Amino acid sequence: MDEKLLMKGNEALAEGAVRAGCRFFSGYPITPQNEVPEYLSWRLPEVGGTFIQAESEVAAINMLYGASACGARVMTSSSGPGISLKQEGISYISGANLPIFYANVMRGGPGLGNIAPSQGDYFQATRGGGHGDYRVIVYAPNSVSEMGNFPKRCYDLAEKYRIATMVLTDGLLGQMMEPIEFDFEPVDPAKLPEKDWALGNAEGRERRVIRSYDLRPGYLEKMTLKLAEKYKEIEEKEVKFEAVQVEDAEILLVAYGTSSRISKSALMLGRKEGIKIGLLRPITLWPFPSKIISDLSERIKKILTVEMSLGQLVEDVKLAVEGKAKVYLHGRPSGGIPTGEEVLEVIKKIMKS
Amino acid sequence: MEKKVFERTKGLTEILMRYCPGCGHGVVHRLVGEVMEELGITNRTIGIAPVGCSVFADEYFNCDMIQPAHGRGPAVATGIKRVRPDCIVFSYQGDGDLASIGMAETIHAAARGERITIIFVNNAIYGMTGGQMAPTTLLGMKSTTTPFGRDPRVAGYPIKVCELLATLEAPAYLARVSVHKPANVLKAKKAIKKAFQVQMNDQGFSLVEILSQCPTDWFVTPLQGIDFVEKMMIPFFPLGEYKTIEGKKETVKPEPKKVLETV
Repeated sequence: MDEKLLMKGNEALAEGAVRAGCRFFSGYPITPQNEVPEYLSWRLPEVGGTFIQAESEVAAINMLYGASACGARVMTSSSGPGISLKQEGISYISGANLPIFYANVMRGGPGLGNIAPSQGDYFQATRGGGHGDYRVIVYAPNSVSEMGNFPKRCYDLAEKYRIATMVLTDGLLGQMMEPIEFDFEPVDPAKLPEKDWALGNAEGRERRVIRSYDLRPGYLEKMTLKLAEKYKEIEEKEVKFEAVQVEDAEILLVAYGTSSRISKSALMLGRKEGIKIGLLRPITLWPFPSKIISDLSERIKKILTVEMSLGQLVEDVKLAVEGKAKVYLHGRPSGGIPTGEEVLEVIKKIMKS
Repeated sequence: MEKKVFERTKGLTEILMRYCPGCGHGVVHRLVGEVMEELGITNRTIGIAPVGCSVFADEYFNCDMIQPAHGRGPAVATGIKRVRPDCIVFSYQGDGDLASIGMAETIHAAARGERITIIFVNNAIYGMTGGQMAPTTLLGMKSTTTPFGRDPRVAGYPIKVCELLATLEAPAYLARVSVHKPANVLKAKKAIKKAFQVQMNDQGFSLVEILSQCPTDWFVTPLQGIDFVEKMMIPFFPLGEYKTIEGKKETVKPEPKKVLETV
């Protein structure tokens, strides 16, 4: 536990998943997340787990569907284009109430895009790119340490609520090295409580069926309303955020992941010049920290979202603010990475307006 | 005294099947159910229902069942089997599910030699959606999307799944059977049993392709449906075993080599 390691973000993510009890991974190569499958291809066999390089992202997510239906702690990872392909499976997994964990190490889009860090998959993650009414718990780390420690939280929530959970990160966090300390004891999956819904040996019990459909009139609506109850509880209990110097702030930055670190630089630079900047970093993107942003917008009348996308996070901020403050956007899409100085310039302009 | 000569297999649930008159699915379901019961594996079997007419198979087989996305059965089966190697895993699929949208999953599960059994029902048509062309629709055969008959220049040729998979190293058992006549039903059962036994013996991937009737979407009577299998399907899709465990080489784990060392 006290051991301090120097790790690459992607490797921390993979190691964190194994320590959190992951024993099954299937995935398909895509930059900038390749260190995750490469690491797990030797690490999982070491702990008696299974690593499969699937023939496609479509197959990979469906292997997860099967493995998680048997109660295993499972993982897949990819980057934007690959996650697009996995959305169908994620929709089925959500409909079937199965707990899975996956990661999107974002790159520039749309299309094949590029392999530069980006945050253009915020909508895909928080709205769900798959079909139907469903939600996914989305954790957004902003350090290698969080890359390694968030998989455990995701697995715990995934099993508590029987829901899909994910880490939404980007190529920058995936590729860089930082010190990390794991903040939890390694999980032995054999010692986890038995899942009373998992498929397996039906000796001495009723047979079990896992499905995401119901063709009888009215039944599917009831099934989905049950999902809604679960989603409501998660929105009430599982919101996580970090607030930095918001107490006296006259302008509030809202940013997650890599852009939250850039925003923190802007905050520190600006504070030196006497500009009262605060930062609200959503750690969970769904459930979104709407309440704290709404509360802060009662007092802070200027809010700037900083994101490496055309303006996706800003929509959730506006929904939370409900017109109580002016919401600005500084967005750099498709591989554009803002600097602290650049953000500070934007802040200065807003403060003058 | 009356003697009981036939009863419902315990491999199936009590739920009434909703298949059309003359459809082959019910027969295939019964054969799989009987095989599970006879091999004593019903309790430890996990079945995968497809998308298509037999989507309701998750209600009919008396074992743990899962219903995944269209065509993804072999991938789901892979995930299940790797996590529960003690269980027997079968994926029940139609021709659209297995040979069209799910072809990649089929070939790769076979190529990996996953210890699973696939029950592949080939009736040369999309049944549930109302009779569209399938990857196994015969040349000249009319469907709702080949109203002038399947023209190879427009819609290509039907796919012979057993022959295709037989080119791979890993499969341990591949056979094509039919259920259009009682004698064929008995042979089909033997093949299904063999496929499950191959899995129970950890010998590799097994698949049984079953030619089956779909009178409703062929727009014929059940009797004409039987004729169609006999006269049209079997000549194009020859019955028989395409790969057996007897001819399979022992799997040996290769020594790791760097690329240059292999030249």
